[in-house]
Formats: sequence, C-alpha cells, structure tokens
Amino acid sequence: MLVDYIPVGIMIVFGVAFGLFMMKASEWFGPKNPNEIKQSIYESGMEPIRSARERMSIKYYMVAMLFIIFDIEVVFMYPWAVNFRQLGMFGLIEMFIFVAILMAGFVYVWKKGALKWD
Amino acid sequence: MNITELFAIAPIISITIVSLIVLLVEALVKRSEGLSYWISVVGLVVTAYFAIATLPLIGTAFNRMVTVGGFGSMFATLFSIAALLTIILSKDYLQKEHANFTEFYLLILFSTLGMMLMASAADLIVIFLGLELMSICLYVLAGFLRKKVLANEASLKYFLLGAFATGFLLYGIALLYGASGTTNISFIVQNSSTLSASPFFWIGLGLLLIGFAFKVGAVPFHMWVPDVYQGSPTTVSGFMATGAKAAAFAAFVLIFLHPQSENSEQVKTVLAVISAASMIVGNIIAISQSNIKRMLAYSSIAHAGYMLAGLAAGNQLGKTGILFYLVTYTFMNIGAFGILSLLEREEDKNLTFDDYAGLGFKRPFLAALMAIFMFSLAGIPPFAGFFGKYYVFVAAINANLTWLAILGVLMSVVSVYYYLRLTVLMYFKEGDMQIEGIISKTSLAVLTIAALIIIQLGVYPSSILNIINNLN
Amino acid sequence: MHEYISYIVLLPFIGFLINGIFGKKFSEKFSGIIGSSAVGITFAIAVMIFFEMLKLPVEERSHIVTIFSWIAAGSLSINAAYQVDQLSILMTLIVTGVGFLIHVYSIGYMHGDKGFWRFFAYLNLFIFMMLNLVLADNFLLMFLGWEGVGLCSYLLIGFWHDKKFDTGGYKTGEATTSDAAKKAFVVNRIGDFGFLIAMFLIFNLFGTLAFEDVFSRASAIIPIGDTTMFWITLLLFLGATGKSAQIPLFVWLPDAMAGPTPVSALIHAATMVTAGVYMVARCSVLYALAPASMEIVAIVGIATAFFAATMGLVQNDIKKILAYSTISQLGYMFLGLGVGAFAAGIFHVMTHAFFKALLFLGAGAVIHAMHDEQDIQKMGGLKSKMPATYKTFFIAALAIAGIPPLSGFFSKDEILWKAFSDGSVVYFIIGWITAGLTAFYMFRLVSLTFEGKERWSHDKHPHEAPKVMTVPLIILAVLSVVGGFVGIPHALGGGNAIEQWLEPIFKRANLHLATGHHSGLTTEYLLMILSVFVGVAGIYFARKLYLQNPELVERLTTSFRNIHKLLWNKYFVDEIYDATVVTPIVKGSDKLLWKGFDVGIIDGIVNGSAKLTAWISSWMRKIQFGAVQNYAMVFVLGIIIILGILILK
Repeated sequence: MLVDYIPVGIMIVFGVAFGLFMMKASEWFGPKNPNEIKQSIYESGMEPIRSARERMSIKYYMVAMLFIIFDIEVVFMYPWAVNFRQLGMFGLIEMFIFVAILMAGFVYVWKKGALKWD
Repeated sequence: MNITELFAIAPIISITIVSLIVLLVEALVKRSEGLSYWISVVGLVVTAYFAIATLPLIGTAFNRMVTVGGFGSMFATLFSIAALLTIILSKDYLQKEHANFTEFYLLILFSTLGMMLMASAADLIVIFLGLELMSICLYVLAGFLRKKVLANEASLKYFLLGAFATGFLLYGIALLYGASGTTNISFIVQNSSTLSASPFFWIGLGLLLIGFAFKVGAVPFHMWVPDVYQGSPTTVSGFMATGAKAAAFAAFVLIFLHPQSENSEQVKTVLAVISAASMIVGNIIAISQSNIKRMLAYSSIAHAGYMLAGLAAGNQLGKTGILFYLVTYTFMNIGAFGILSLLEREEDKNLTFDDYAGLGFKRPFLAALMAIFMFSLAGIPPFAGFFGKYYVFVAAINANLTWLAILGVLMSVVSVYYYLRLTVLMYFKEGDMQIEGIISKTSLAVLTIAALIIIQLGVYPSSILNIINNLN
Repeated sequence: MHEYISYIVLLPFIGFLINGIFGKKFSEKFSGIIGSSAVGITFAIAVMIFFEMLKLPVEERSHIVTIFSWIAAGSLSINAAYQVDQLSILMTLIVTGVGFLIHVYSIGYMHGDKGFWRFFAYLNLFIFMMLNLVLADNFLLMFLGWEGVGLCSYLLIGFWHDKKFDTGGYKTGEATTSDAAKKAFVVNRIGDFGFLIAMFLIFNLFGTLAFEDVFSRASAIIPIGDTTMFWITLLLFLGATGKSAQIPLFVWLPDAMAGPTPVSALIHAATMVTAGVYMVARCSVLYALAPASMEIVAIVGIATAFFAATMGLVQNDIKKILAYSTISQLGYMFLGLGVGAFAAGIFHVMTHAFFKALLFLGAGAVIHAMHDEQDIQKMGGLKSKMPATYKTFFIAALAIAGIPPLSGFFSKDEILWKAFSDGSVVYFIIGWITAGLTAFYMFRLVSLTFEGKERWSHDKHPHEAPKVMTVPLIILAVLSVVGGFVGIPHALGGGNAIEQWLEPIFKRANLHLATGHHSGLTTEYLLMILSVFVGVAGIYFARKLYLQNPELVERLTTSFRNIHKLLWNKYFVDEIYDATVVTPIVKGSDKLLWKGFDVGIIDGIVNGSAKLTAWISSWMRKIQFGAVQNYAMVFVLGIIIILGILILK
C-alpha cells in the first residue's frame, strides 16, 4: 500500500528541492552590483512610509470572496458540458436548478448591497 | 437517475426550496421578518410532513450518494421539529434582544438542511458537505447578537476550533479513501476486516471519530461547549445542543453502528473511554456552575457521554437507545433553553441559579414546565429522559461494558444534584425575579407541547420505539 | 373482580388530576372530599377483590392483568401489567386503608392551610405511585412507582418550603425544609442507583424483567450461592436501604419529619418506607439463592434496629423519636426477611402500619393542640386535655412495646422467634435488647407528653382535636389491638392465618432455604415470656424515671455525658457523610476538576510544553488566540491518545 505513495513522496521532495534550487540559483548566477537605490524596497516605486500591516476595507474582501465563490461554481459546469449529450434532458434540468440556486444567492448578494463599492 | 429519486429525497428538496424562498424574500421585501417567520414555520411543517411520508422508503439514490427513507427520514423529522421549535421560541427572544433579522431564520433553515444531509448520507463526502453547511451556519448564529462581547468570543472560538476539527475530519476521509479507494460508507464498512491491515484505515477511522466527537461535544473535544453555549443566543444554544448533536450522532451511527459490521475491540475501547470521560467531566463540573446556561452546557457534555455508551455497546439495543435518547433529549433541552430565553434579560441577567429563586410562586406554570424538563434531564421516571438512559445502559451491559453502565448510573445520580438545585430554588426559596419583555402564548404553547411529549414518551415509550425499530 | 385492578390504580390518579388542575378554585371541604373519596373507593374495591380471592382455591388467587404493551425494543419487551396476588393485595389494602384514614385526618389537620388542595393532590399522586409499586408485575414498573413515591415524598417534605427545622445539632439554624427534601431525594437516588444496576444485571441474566419469568427461571437454573445473584440481591438491597432508611442510608428519614405530620404518618412510617421490605420480600426467591446477601440483610436489619433505638432514647422532638422508632422497626422487618421469615416481615409491615400511623397522627394532634410545639420537654399533662388522643396513643405505645395481645406483640415476637430458630442467638439477644429500648423510649415519650406536670406556658390552650381527626385515631387504635390476631402463632393455638395466606408467594424461596432446626415449643414459650418481660421492664423504668424521678434523669445525663452527646448527635453520621462524601465532591468539582483540570492542569501542560517547543509558540503567540490555543492543545492530546489506542491496539 505504502509503495503506491512513492510517486507522491518523490513529487513533494522534487517540488521543494526545485523551489530552493531556483532561489539559490538566481543568487549564485546573477550579477551583484548593489547600490543605494537598488537596496531600497521598491527600486522604481514609492518609498513605503507606513506599516504594511494595515486594515483593508471590508468591501475588498467581499468582492474577492464573491469572485472566488462564483468562479469556482463555474468549474462545475465543465464536466457537465463534456457529458452533456449523455445526460440529456435530465442533465439540462439539473443544470438549470444549479444555476437557479446560484442566481438566488446572487440576487441576495446584489440586493444586500455587497457589490456596492460606496 | 430519474424523477422518483427526487421524490425520495423530498424532505431535503423541500427544506432547500424553503430556504431559497426565505433568501429571496429577505433580498426583495423590506421588513421581511414577519413574512419569513411564517414561511419558515409553514415550510418546516411541510418538510416534516415529507419526512414522515418518506419513512417507509428503502435504498439509496443519486448514485449511492444518499440513502432514502428510514433512518434519514426519521432524523429529518426530528431536525424539522427541532428547527420549528427553535424558530417559534426565538421570536420573543430576538425581539427582546433587538436582533429580529430574517438572516436568523435563513441560517437555521440552512443548517437544518446540512443536518438532514448528514443523517441521510451514504457517502463520506455527503457527510462532510452536510457537516460544513450545518457548522458554518452555526458559527454565524453563535455570534448573532454581534454587539455582545461574549457572542463574538463564542463565534470566533467555535469557528476556529470547528475549522480545526473539520480539518481532521477531512483528513480522515482522505485517508479512508486512500486505504479503500472509495468514499462509499457501505463499502468501507463491509470490507473493514480486510482494510484493517492498513494503518491508514485506522488513522482515517480515528480522525473521523474525532471529528464527530468534537461536534457532539465529547471529552476531550468539549472545551468549546461551555463558552459557545454561553455566548450564543439562548435558543440557538438549545438548537446546537439538540439538532447539531443529533446530526453528529446520526453520522456516528451511520459509520460505527452499521448493521453489516461489528466494531472492533479497540474502537469499542475508544468510544467507551470517551463516553466515560464525558460523563465524569460533564457531570462533575456542572455541579460548580452558577450560570444555568453553562450548567446546561456541561450537562450536554454528560448527555453526549450517555449516548456514546450506547454507541460503544455497538448493538441493536444501543442504536435504538441512542435514537430514542436523541428524540427525548431534543424536546427536553430545547424546552429548558426556551424557558431560559423567555426569562433572560439584557446584559445576561436572570441566567444564574439564584435568579430563579421563587419562580414557582411568581410564574407557577413556567416553573412547572422547567421542573419537568429538569426531572427528565436528570432521568427520573416517569419522564422520557429515564428511558433514554435506561436503553443505552442496558445496551452497554449486554455488550459486556458493565463498568460503563455502572459509571453512567452513578454519574446520573450526581447529576440529580444540580438539576434538583434549580427545582429547589424555584419552589422552596423566596426570590424576586424581574421579568421583562413579552412571553407570548405561542411560546408557552410550544413549551407545553414539548413537556407533554416528554411525559407521553415516558409513560408510553413504545409510540416512538415502534417507529425506531421498524427503520431500515 | 381482579380485572378491576386498573381502576384501583387509576382512581387516585384521577383524584390527583382533579385537585391538581382545578383545586385552586375548590373549597377546602370539596378538595378534601375528592381526595379522600378517591382513596376510599379504591380501598373498597381492594376489599372486594380480597374477599373474592378468599373464596377462590389457593392456586387461582394469583392473576396478571395486562393493561397495554409498554415497551417493545428488540429483545426488551415489557408490559404495563399488574400482578394481583396474596402479597400485592395485602399491601394494597394497607396502603389504601391506612391511606384513606390519613386522608380523612388531613382534612382536619390541614384546615386553613393555603396549599390545602395542593396537599391532597400530592397525597393522591403518592397513593397512585405506591399502588404502581406494589402491584407492578415487573421490575421496571416497580421502579417507576419506586421513583414516583420518592418524588412525592420530596414534594411533601418540602411542602412548607420556608419553614426552618431543627436538624438536631447538625447545621442548626440554617437548614430549611427544602434542604431536608433535597437530602431525602439525593440519598434515595444513591439507593436507586443500586436498584437500577441490579435491574440491568437481571435483564442481562434472564432477558426479561417480568417477576414471574425472572423468578421461575432463577429458581430453575441458578445454583445457590451464585456470584451474580449475590451482586444483584446486594444491589437491590442497597435500593431497599435507601427507601427504607436502613444503615448506611438512614440519614434522610429523621430530617424528613420536617414535612406535615400526616405525610410523616402515611409516607415516612406506614407505607413508602416499607417499600424496601416489600421489594425484598417480592424477590424472596433471588435472596434465597444468595445466602450471603440474606445474612447481610439480617445484619444490617438488626444493627439498624439497635442503633436507631439508641438514638431514639435521647431525642426531644416528638416526631424525631417516632422517626427513629420507624427506622428501628424497619430494621426488625429486614431482620425477619434476612433469616428467611418473609411472611413475618410482611406481617410486621402490616401491624407497624397501624400503630405507627396512629402514633404519628396522635403526635400530629398534640402538635396541633400545642401550636406547633414539638419539644416534649415543653409538654406534659396533656392527658386530661386530650383524652381521646391520649388513650389511642397509649394503645399504640403498648402495641409497639410488644405487650400481648396487641398487634405488635405477635408480629415482633414472630420475627424474634424466627431470628432465634433460623438465624442465631446473637440476633435474638440484640433484638430482645432493642425491644426493651423500644418500650423504654416509647413510654418516655408518653410520660413526658401526656402525664406528669404541665411544662407549657399558659397562653396555650390545648384542646382535643376535632372529630374528623379523632375518628381515624380510634379506628387505627382498634386495628392496633386486633390487627395481630391474623397471625397468632401455632404455639398459642392460633392458625397463623397470615403466614398461610402468604405461603404460595414464598413457596419457591422456601424450597431453596435450609429448613431451620425447629426448637421445641418450650423454647418458644420461654422466648415469648422473655420478650414480654423486657417490654414490661422498659415501660416500668420509663415511667419510674420520667414520672417519679426526673432529677435522676438529669444526673444520668451528666454522668454519661459522652454517650449522651454521641446519641444526641446520632453518632455523628451526618457530619461524617458531609466530610467524607459531600464536601469532597463539591470541592472537587469546583477546585479540582473545573478550576484545576480545565484551567490549571491544561494551562500548566500548555505552558510547560510551550517552553519545550519555544520555536512553535514564538509564532503561535503572534496569532493571539487567547484561551483557544489551550482548547486546541487538549484537542491534540485527545487525538494522540485515540490514535494511539487504535493503532497500537
């Protein structure tokens, strides 16, 4: 049984090693000419003047969460689309139900003003 | 797949539609609380009707994802009734707390849907799905009175620990899948003897057990219970203690009391140890509580312990016992929390034992109901609570767990002390409780019905036992 | 006729419902009539059933009347059924007969009380539960009645909830009747624990809980001296010690006297406390199969009889004395059961019900007349003021002292005789001494209360109780006199009718019991004379001391100060229980388990391991979880343990 997991183990080891290797590789092979401007955090941006641990508007999270939710729901449509012919009429009705439930949630979100930025 | 399958899961569909209607009503209608309350009540009655109507069905549906009828329908009935009682009792409470928002009904309905999915699952994934739906709604409900510090604490603690437990549960499911190549419960259970060679199977099973033990509030996964029950809206605490606990026990029974297999010795040991620890810790700590909500929280840990004794027994009688226990426990606990919610005042006043002094003279009817609930919780015949305990302990003795039964009876002797304390205060001490807000006739009627059901099930337990024994 | 048994049980319940629901609006008289007639009619039906049974041949006297199928869960199937036989009908007659008289008496006694209707509702509920207990045909229904009478007893002890009561030195001044009620309930639950476990074991062993099946199977398959049977009978006896106030669970009964006096008479003297005796007698077969348990029953019985009698010697509360006397007499009954004289034990239940109910009701009349004064040191000379009460009380005292031909003589003597012939000489000697003590403290009570000088202030005007109270007293007095004639032993030319009547019930048990070596008639006569002598001696000394030489009492008390203190404080049993059981549990809950385990130890473990695993906690602290991290820590510990058990096996 345990043998079946060997590929997974190799994958993990390889993944970690590759990541570390790439970081170190750029350190080794890249030219190093440090100067004051290069040492600053954003070479061509603004100087950070406040703490990075800052509160963000809740609206940002709202939109982000809603995006993820509806984005992921769409993923479920791919396998359905692939098997659309075999599923036939029943599948179509099922998908309508699925979308209807999604729409109910969407209407709720919209009417509650979660999408308003102001 | 065909249309008959849709009818077979009518209770689940019905509660889904009701939830969606309430969702849309909330979005589209202004000041929708009254309307959604009625939709929820009617919808839950309809759902309960479907649940009862589907009781005789047998088999599975949707590619062996859910079972239909029987066990699942019985639980669906129980959940609908629990939700119905909770919603009706909450109305007064929410108005008093200035928190009568439609979302409350919505969350109760969705969590009920989650519970129903858990109880009728034929696949581990469906159990997980139901558990998450139920839990996420309950996390929000725990913090529903968001202006209270305790409520925020409750919600956050419940969420963090709940997420922690869910992680283990999911990991357990993954390991079981790894060991067996399927998430189908029947398949895993039937092949448990061959699968048990793999350590993954045992770790997976153990993690599954831990996930459910967390949800029922068994020791040592009980630490959240007192804080959460104390901080949550009182009626929600009642709902958590009954509905959510019942759902987790349903999942427990589905996997650990499967008719086609027997638990191995070590699973039996684990369950017996958890059961014993819960009975001891719950009952003994409950003695020193001064807040009744916390007392009921610890007592609910103890009750989980009693029911786990039936699970540890692992026989048919144990299963009957757990189901009967859950039915009776639902009524007596929602009743007790319901009375608390009616008498509670702002800033958590009227929640300590001392506040209840003299209630027997001031509100004799409410006090009598509370006394019935307390006596039943203490397991004193002729109230239904006695028979629940009776079955699980007989089951434990039949399974050669005599020590566990003796411990259980001993601990229920201890429990008499704190249940009786409330009764003594209500009837035998003078006091002056200030009652604010409305105590509507509807709430009183609901509580009376709950009390009558407790007496009816105590005097004539066969009425429900016949249904339980004829389940598939 | 026996099929009417369900009405017997139902009538008091209907009475309870009527008074309980509408009682508030009723007049006192109407509530009283409803309550009393519910029990009265029940008694009448029971009498008719009894006479019908008398006419039937012996084999046809036992019937089981099934009301409905109560529980059917897999292998567990129990009917709600009543067993009408010689034993249960006798108990029914006692419960309803004495119960009816006490109901009537209560109409007078409770006159003017604001909870009058409530009182009758509870009394009726009690009768209902008690009938379930004695008529049940299976352990579960019996347990239901068993718990039910406990509940009623609890409600009735605390009837005057705010009344202070004197615990006799222990926690004086702070106790109220509600504490007494709670104590009774909790102590009883300890006994019930034994009963429940025994019931589980019986079910496990025989697969049924119906008496008839259990007893016939036990009789057929279980060998004498079986270990399981020993535990079952011992646990059942633990239940009996709780309900019947025997060592070690007798502490609640004296405190239970805080309830209204008719309650003390009915529940805490005549009926409920004899439930333990009834239960052991009912399970006689099981006890016959466990000789070791029988021995324990006998020893506990005789020890209780003796110790309770000594405690009764020094009490000053009229009801407390009677309470200790009840405990002591119950001890006699258990002695009888323990030596295999089941019929004698039940016989004593019957006679005791008559004279002890009478004593309590008489005491109630006195307390009533003295305006709630219960201290006998503040009474005296009531003879002339309350002649009817005095006479009936005197008869009852003679009966309990075992003076022939009153009822107490026959039943007590039967037990002592059986203790001698089937038990051992030691039982007899202790029982004999106890009989002397009984006579002594009873006549101390009579002398101090009714005779001698008046020691009460003259703003009190004691007067005879109304007719409604004295008539029950007179009836009970008659019964106390003639009640023993049903059990005149063969030695005195009687037929011992009661033993014959009960014989079929105990037939199976007697089969298994080694038949005692029957000592001759001469011995029996001799023992009889001895016990009459000790009774007379007790009476003589009590009268001599308390009527003629009161100063001698003072001197005796001071010279035996230590013994007096020990007896006065009831051997400090309450204090010992408090220190060894109650306090540790309450403290343990508060300090150890809650603050200690959940807060202290867990935090300690967390703190300790936090040091060990500093690098984990350094980033864990940044995410300020507060106490939740401790919770999660416990959680993880649980996981490790559970997975450990599962994997390591």
